Amino acid sequence: MSKNNLILYSCILIFGLVAPFLFPAFKVQLSILCVLIVLATTWNIQGGEMGYNSFGNILFYGLGMYLCASVQVGMFFPLAEWTESGGEKTFVHTPAQFFQGMAVGLVVAAIVPTIIAGLIGYSILGLRGHYFAICTLGLGVAAGEISGGIEIIGAGQGFTTPPFPDVGSLEARGEFFYFLSFFTLILTFIAVRSIYSTRFKLILNAIRDNEDKAEAMGIETMKYKIIGWMISAFFCGLAGGIMGGLVGYIDSTDVAFDGREMGVFMVLMAILGGKGTLWGPIIGATIFHIFKEGFWTFFLGWQYVALGVLIVVIVIYFPEGIMGWLREKYPERFGEVVDEKDRKAQVELK
Amino acid sequence: MDFMVFQYPMITVQACLDGILLGILFALIAYGMALQWGVMNIINIAQGDLVILGGYIAYFMYLYGIHPAWGVIVAPVIMYFLGVLIYKLVINKVVDRDLFISILATFGISILFMQLMNFAFGADVVLANSDYGTTMLFNNNVVLPNSKLFSAFISILFAICLVIYMKKSKLGRAIRATAQNARAAKILGVDTEKVYAATFGINAALCGVAGALISITFTIHPYMGLPYTIRSFMIVIVAGLGNLPGVAMSGMGLGVFEEFADYILGTEFRIGSVFLLLVLILVYRRFKLSRKREYLK
Repeated sequence: MSKNNLILYSCILIFGLVAPFLFPAFKVQLSILCVLIVLATTWNIQGGEMGYNSFGNILFYGLGMYLCASVQVGMFFPLAEWTESGGEKTFVHTPAQFFQGMAVGLVVAAIVPTIIAGLIGYSILGLRGHYFAICTLGLGVAAGEISGGIEIIGAGQGFTTPPFPDVGSLEARGEFFYFLSFFTLILTFIAVRSIYSTRFKLILNAIRDNEDKAEAMGIETMKYKIIGWMISAFFCGLAGGIMGGLVGYIDSTDVAFDGREMGVFMVLMAILGGKGTLWGPIIGATIFHIFKEGFWTFFLGWQYVALGVLIVVIVIYFPEGIMGWLREKYPERFGEVVDEKDRKAQVELK
Repeated sequence: MDFMVFQYPMITVQACLDGILLGILFALIAYGMALQWGVMNIINIAQGDLVILGGYIAYFMYLYGIHPAWGVIVAPVIMYFLGVLIYKLVINKVVDRDLFISILATFGISILFMQLMNFAFGADVVLANSDYGTTMLFNNNVVLPNSKLFSAFISILFAICLVIYMKKSKLGRAIRATAQNARAAKILGVDTEKVYAATFGINAALCGVAGALISITFTIHPYMGLPYTIRSFMIVIVAGLGNLPGVAMSGMGLGVFEEFADYILGTEFRIGSVFLLLVLILVYRRFKLSRKREYLK
């Protein structure tokens, strides 16, 4: 790690730690931003680095959300009665119960989607290109439709997650969720960064560039594809669990398995920032979140129209994203040596 | 779970007939999907939203006192021009690109349309009442609304007309030539840009017809588009590109499957079962092909 990097990282870390006290009004927004960055970064593992464009990571996100909340409730109270009574009125979590439940719930929310990704990975990841994209889209929507028919987790009317217990301070809820999501973000960043510095990343890139050749070179592509997807699923589940507690209410198609919003957002953020780079999804998610909040506030009601237009514009005009654009503009910064002759020849070819 | 459907044969007959009549409509939409996929190599996620838009055209004619069946003629005309417009604005920029780009771009169009329809027409489930009455079969045990028979008849009529048009007309030949080899067609003087625009327009027009028929027979709702896209995608991958009898057969098969899923699992799992079936079909085909070390292309 070079000296510049160290300074950058410590600046971000310090900013992250003091942000909720500097901008107390934006705590929830900052927590959502952390979750979005986690989602975009982990989407990028298989979407950007591996070349498997998935619309289905929302499956793990939603699963994590339901699992975390169900465990948190189910550890102390009967789950069926909780959902029937609309939750908070009949049963009250003590602070100790709440935090214990949250901790166990988050572990379950991270582990179970990982196992599921491993189990279905062999079947689903055998599909390539757009078949994979459509298949995962189908998985996400099917999960939403099916969970909307299951009574014990609230079916169509939704599931209220346990409200934050009274610990004496009004600010406690926001700060708790902010630090939870911020540490998840740090965990994700460290994990992804260390993955990207190993041979594993090169294998993923080989799969993206030419899977058949990678296989011919003796790489067990299926194994690495499944591992890549499982890493995504782990962090998506964790992010989902946190988001469930943050939002406080889980609906099958509008919050948990929301392919129309979160499922597209994570793809879009990664593409906006630049697929296949470490910093791309982070920058993309930050810009996207600021834009989105602007749209959501000023164009109330028109946000989906704006979102649709935004998707089309980004996809058509910025398919390489911000990092891709920077790379084209300043290749030297990215450690690429550009031969002047070669560049001229390419321009002439165009 | 409810297995009453197997204990009373008449319910089985009812479900099969309903499914087949519904499946013919699916096949019409899937035909448009296969056309644009084959010619332009794009997958249009907004297909279902074009269908719903066509349905709203018929519904509005019904609201203004015109018989909604006329929508079958009006909707495709409007939708053709809308399709060409969408092509000029968006699709022509993604035609040569990676398929994923086209999926994502049309996903954006789909979200846009969904929301615009929600604003313009409201979030209610509506249907255009055609007053066609019903036909009773088998001692009044099987009830068939005439509107379903009408819609199946019109769908088949449009499909036949389109097949003949593709075989005989100049534009049809140009479309088929472009599908075979766009570059060669260009060299031989086919204006591929125009062909692409026309293909997308024809696809949108087919969606318009199907939508108008759906608004007469079933119900429409701004957010109902995506299941139609998935159904048509599924039909196309089961039948294969350019296999017309296959599209018709798998469309009807899907219709029957859905009716049975509706009876057995309950209506709330109907859409979910369609999406699960898509996943199962893709996984089945993947395992079948991987024995020969191939994959779906």
